[in-house]
Amino acid sequence: MPEHSLLAELEELKRLAIVPAFNEEASVGRVIDEIRAFDSGFEVAVIDDGSTDRTAGVAADRGAHVIRLPFNLGIGGAMQTGYRYAFEQGYDVAVQVDGDGQHDPSELSKILKPVLGGEADLVVGSRFAAQQTGAYRSSRTRRVGIRIFASVVSAVVRQRLTDTTSGFRAVNRKGIALFAADYPHDYPEVEATVMCVKHKLRLLEVPVGMRERTGGRSSITALRSVYYMAKVLLAIFVGLFRRYAVPPEEA
Amino acid sequence: MTPLPVSIAAAVAAFVMLLVVFELIRSRRLRERYALLWLLTGAVLLALSLWRDGLNTIAGWFGVTSYPPAILGAVGALFILVVLLHYSTVISRLSDQNTILAQRLALLEQQLRESRATGARGS
Repeated sequence: MPEHSLLAELEELKRLAIVPAFNEEASVGRVIDEIRAFDSGFEVAVIDDGSTDRTAGVAADRGAHVIRLPFNLGIGGAMQTGYRYAFEQGYDVAVQVDGDGQHDPSELSKILKPVLGGEADLVVGSRFAAQQTGAYRSSRTRRVGIRIFASVVSAVVRQRLTDTTSGFRAVNRKGIALFAADYPHDYPEVEATVMCVKHKLRLLEVPVGMRERTGGRSSITALRSVYYMAKVLLAIFVGLFRRYAVPPEEA
Repeated sequence: MTPLPVSIAAAVAAFVMLLVVFELIRSRRLRERYALLWLLTGAVLLALSLWRDGLNTIAGWFGVTSYPPAILGAVGALFILVVLLHYSTVISRLSDQNTILAQRLALLEQQLRESRATGARGS
């Protein structure tokens, strides 16, 4: 349960939880329920990224706003859809919570607090920022990959980060506007982090606990991880030389 | 010097290629903007096969003395690389546009569904 003052502050704001889901019928319902249990004022937008199962139906039954992409765009395209929705519908705050259940919505207060307090524009929930914050374990190759990204990105943004691949995030209106205008493709978390700093948005990482996935499969298989590493490192490098995206005008 | 049969064959091939590209544009199966590179390729290859002294001179610049027509192959390969790179940019742009269209469609559908639902409740 969030603290009382935080809830009171949240009450003032139009807030959206963006839940990207690709074939997550087994877990998406629980994710929606848990977000509502954290704060019933949260609107939930489930971005159904071309699922072939009942993801959209399950989400609609729980009263979520369901945005069904006509085909699979990948997590980047799905997340940007969510940010476009948040931008167009005038939300003040948006959080990202994966539809696979690995993020614990009861931890939302930790990533929301710095955004509400005006300390940061983007807050990333990190699995590794503190020692043993939860029971989260991932494979060794994956941990090595995450660490490599963390050190590269830390050097680029000149700020110590431990978990740049985490998709458990909170952004304010500034962040929503930026991500609605431009969001990286394929595996976007690392690049989005760099992009934020490039656009002079304040970034903060806070420790959170995460769970094992409750359903579905990770989008990153062992076979794809090499491609993933090369692609993201290239994107970070090229991103340093890229022109700024212009966030859309506020209506 | 380039053997005459090689020059003739290369010129005919380049000419046929130009004709095919022209016909594709004429019948609107190929847009002008994508055809320009092909026309340029055909024109350069045609010029190099007809202008035999020129091909010889160019081959000389690169120290290719034994078989000047090798330059024709090299120029052709270079143009193919350029065309392929151009296509990669075209595909990238198309897939970006495709993504945006899919997102817009999904957002519009969601709005339509929700406004229908509220409309049904209201009446």
